[in-house]
Amino acid sequence: MIATADLHLRIGERALVTALEWRAQAGECWCIIGRNGAGKSTLLRALAGMRAPDGGTVAVRARPLSAWPLRDLARERAYLPQGRSDAFGYRVIETVLAARHPWQDARYWESEADLQAAQAALAALDVGELAERDIRSLSGGERQRVAIAAVLAQDTPLLLLDEPTNALDLAHQVGAMRLLAALCRQQNKTVVLVSHDLNLAHGVATHALLLMGDGRWRAGPVGEVFSAESLSACLGHPIETVRHGERTIYLPADGAPAEAGHG
Amino acid sequence: MIRRRRGAAILAALAAAALLSLLFACVVGSVALSAGELLEALRDIAGGAPSTLAATLLELRLTRALSAFAIGGMLSLAGVMMQALLRNPLADPYVLGVSGGASVGALAAMLLLAAPWIVDAAAFGGAVSVALMLFLLAHRDLRGGIAEGNTSLLLLTGVIIAAGCGALITLMLSIAPETRLRGMVFWLIGDLSGTQLRALPWIVLAGALVFALRAARAMNIVALHAEAAATLGVRVGALRQGLFVCAALLTATAVSNGGSIGFVGLIVPHACRFALGPDHRLLLPTATLVGGTFLVLADTLARSAAAPHQLPVGVITAMIGVPLFLVQLHHIRRK
Repeated sequence: MIATADLHLRIGERALVTALEWRAQAGECWCIIGRNGAGKSTLLRALAGMRAPDGGTVAVRARPLSAWPLRDLARERAYLPQGRSDAFGYRVIETVLAARHPWQDARYWESEADLQAAQAALAALDVGELAERDIRSLSGGERQRVAIAAVLAQDTPLLLLDEPTNALDLAHQVGAMRLLAALCRQQNKTVVLVSHDLNLAHGVATHALLLMGDGRWRAGPVGEVFSAESLSACLGHPIETVRHGERTIYLPADGAPAEAGHG
Repeated sequence: MIRRRRGAAILAALAAAALLSLLFACVVGSVALSAGELLEALRDIAGGAPSTLAATLLELRLTRALSAFAIGGMLSLAGVMMQALLRNPLADPYVLGVSGGASVGALAAMLLLAAPWIVDAAAFGGAVSVALMLFLLAHRDLRGGIAEGNTSLLLLTGVIIAAGCGALITLMLSIAPETRLRGMVFWLIGDLSGTQLRALPWIVLAGALVFALRAARAMNIVALHAEAAATLGVRVGALRQGLFVCAALLTATAVSNGGSIGFVGLIVPHACRFALGPDHRLLLPTATLVGGTFLVLADTLARSAAAPHQLPVGVITAMIGVPLFLVQLHHIRRK
């Protein structure tokens, strides 16, 4: 679905990602893990085509991003950036309908089908009753759920989400993550998301990409990559795992940071 | 669909209001025209050379009302486009200094005692040169797509250029001889008493409106998502360039025909957005119609309120605009 070849990303002189050879298939849910400033968002922006790589290529369906017409690419991948600034008082339903843009061709107004898709997406995120509200009047968590609903309404096989559960309460964090996992399993979509919550990520991700912050990276199935040792190295703090029934719980250890020795 | 029908109904009502405002402008003035005289005068004009007093009056008033309508529509449309371009509801057509450039051109021509058409041409030239300068200096912001950040470079560059133009205007006013000062000040405030009926404003208005309506959906997405609109398939750079060129051309044409009339480009888009929401598909045509109607009414007031004295229409738009804006602001904050 999406792949990188020899991808390099730099900020100034600092290497964020060096020679990334990575590929995500249909039905896979990838979680990108790393410390603040490790380049998670930068990588996601590069995957979305919002930032030119400093070397190498990103390809969707084996076609480099630069070779895609924007409209066609918008039918393949949706992107949820981090943070939103709303300058105008659009209604919630209008922001979700706007995500139908790639499918509307020359039509001036939305069709009935667009409206149904938007309403279904709002209902899926439990914000159906906010449809007529001014987006500027929503709480942070509500606004975030509306933004995720817009990404769903875009109806693409590939979803790139930068901290989708940011600002959500516990119940909606779990609900949103389950929804994404279901999209991968049932509709064979590809999800790539950034998350800081190891347990939440571990619950839904099939694969993980760890960014070490110095250009090094590790990618693979969750079972291989999500070990206490590699997570400790990646996050710069010792991580312990606890078995709880069927689940593995990840906890920050009380000890010293990882530089002083692994916990 | 409901939205489409609602849009059509609103536009029909506003078009009717626009026609009424033109009719109102034709009958009101220091000499009022009755309905019978109006019909007779219309027949007279249609038949060839207007001979009666009523026909001459009607021709004068209609000419002035029609150019007021075109100028109001242009300023208002330019305001909506500038606000979408800068993603800032407080932007107006003058914020980037395009009108400042026009003022410098016009005042310089007046200072040199140029003919009226040269003053108009100099205003247009001044506005276009400022727009070109902005285009070159802030090209980074108009590229969009992959570029990061907002259009802050464009906004800052524009504000600084506007300040520079302000200084030049003050300089010219301070060295201008007394006899020419009054005309220059009237020009700066915005005055329609000397306007002629020209085809160019209508062509520019129609062209810009067609561009804007075709881009209306994309404008919504850029207003919502800024750069990230590219991931929805919008060519952000091309859209920004188009908006900039259209808004600059509209402003240049409007200002060179009527002077820098204030507030229309800020108040009318605001009032329309307040009443109908920010959806550009409806906002663009309504703001154009309301802007034209508003300026026709304001200009009728300007020439009849203190008749036989003529007030500059810019004073009227500001005196209506300021309280209206404050009421709206207050209303929004209460919500």
